[in-house]
Amino acid sequence: MQRPIIDKGFFENLRPIAIPFEKNVLQTLKAGDLISLTGSLYTGRDQTHRRLVALLDEGRDLPIDLHGQLLYYVGPSPAKEGQVIGAAGPTTSYRMDAYTPRLLELGLRATLGKGSRSLPVREAMKKHGAVYFATVGGAGALLSKSIVKSELVAFEDAGPEALFRFEVVNFPAVVINDLEGNDYYEMVAAQRSGVKYEKAI
Amino acid sequence: MKTVQSAEITAAVRKLAISASCDLEPDILDRLLAARDREKSPLAKNALEILVTNANIASREQIPVCQDTGIGVVFITIGQEVFVEGNLEEAVQEGIRAGYADGFLRKSVCDPVTRKNTGTNVPAVIHLEMVPGEKLRIGFLPKGCGSENMSGLVMLPPSAGMAGVEEYVVQKVKDAGSNPCPPVVVGVGLGGTFEKAALLAKKSLMRPLGDPNPDAKVAEIEQRLLQRINQEGQGVMGWGGVNTALAVHMETYPTHIASLPVAVNIQCHAHRHKEVEL
Repeated sequence: MQRPIIDKGFFENLRPIAIPFEKNVLQTLKAGDLISLTGSLYTGRDQTHRRLVALLDEGRDLPIDLHGQLLYYVGPSPAKEGQVIGAAGPTTSYRMDAYTPRLLELGLRATLGKGSRSLPVREAMKKHGAVYFATVGGAGALLSKSIVKSELVAFEDAGPEALFRFEVVNFPAVVINDLEGNDYYEMVAAQRSGVKYEKAI
Repeated sequence: MKTVQSAEITAAVRKLAISASCDLEPDILDRLLAARDREKSPLAKNALEILVTNANIASREQIPVCQDTGIGVVFITIGQEVFVEGNLEEAVQEGIRAGYADGFLRKSVCDPVTRKNTGTNVPAVIHLEMVPGEKLRIGFLPKGCGSENMSGLVMLPPSAGMAGVEEYVVQKVKDAGSNPCPPVVVGVGLGGTFEKAALLAKKSLMRPLGDPNPDAKVAEIEQRLLQRINQEGQGVMGWGGVNTALAVHMETYPTHIASLPVAVNIQCHAHRHKEVEL
């Protein structure tokens, strides 16, 4: 097992959060908060989502129970011998927007990626009590050090788009969309333009 | 006349593929550190610090800087006096195949209709240019699609002028927001035709980071665009501050009297590219 090496000094003052989430934790998270995630999560990206939603369309069971879970948008590079995983940073989240509301209906509580989400996804998150986090794009080598275990769960033939279960320790992230409908990217943009921030949803 | 064996080309491309994904050029690290030093947003400053640490880990452990090791874009500049023994295109594809397998790089190439992964990261996109002389240059740019997807092309009317060109470029980068992993490098192709503008934009990304266009009037536009983008953009990772772009590279080519094509090809902060001469 590799020692997680992300701690203070990279992001200061990270608030530790356990995943799956403890009761009533999500409502305490605000857009712009810096957190570090420890626990288990599932991964998925374009083809993973397409397949999950196809199963739902066919009325079949999913290979995992998404209730209460966090889904990390990542397609890792292959592990060398002795490594848990290769580089494993976030992929751009908007490509999953078409599928996300369906998964939120099943109780998915959080997603993790990079870049902003569509208004329909943000509305669905608010409705279902879910949050969205981003982490540092293009830092896949460093972020891989926070992943202490990786196991294949489904869709092996999809290669890097397979569904994995990760165990993570001190995985750094920023809260982008909180339960109140705030959006951190829009807060930053409003500040930049010198206008008062107003929630879009 | 100079003869190059196809096996030499395969070996060179294999090496370029691995190195481009794991070892950032030193000038990129210098630029990221300089960006950190002038950064005001604490979160953006930390993110820049993380990017430098990440690059150091990647190089030391030969892990890809980013899990998206891209679709290969290969620029081959071949002298007219060079004779290639064997199949040039096959030699390049074989080099990509070997590099992505041996370097534990992610295979990200798929059929556009079925979305089935080819499993080997081939085919790469190859651009061939013939020039006088007996040199063979191979440039390799593994293009991740977080940034590639933020590209755009417009056929402006000449009346739009340079003001219209600059507005389009700035707006493209603003619209991209945090998606392409800023601080980005903005490649701009201006002039030519529809496909020429796109190729110029891509080719400008092979330039050493921040080297100005040799044409002073174009270099001036590059500087002006960079300033505007950093004033109006979302900053590192969309988290604010003064570093949305590290550089703007613009390449131009004469165009038709009725036309003003502008292509924007965005590259992420890693600015991965390598070149070799055989």
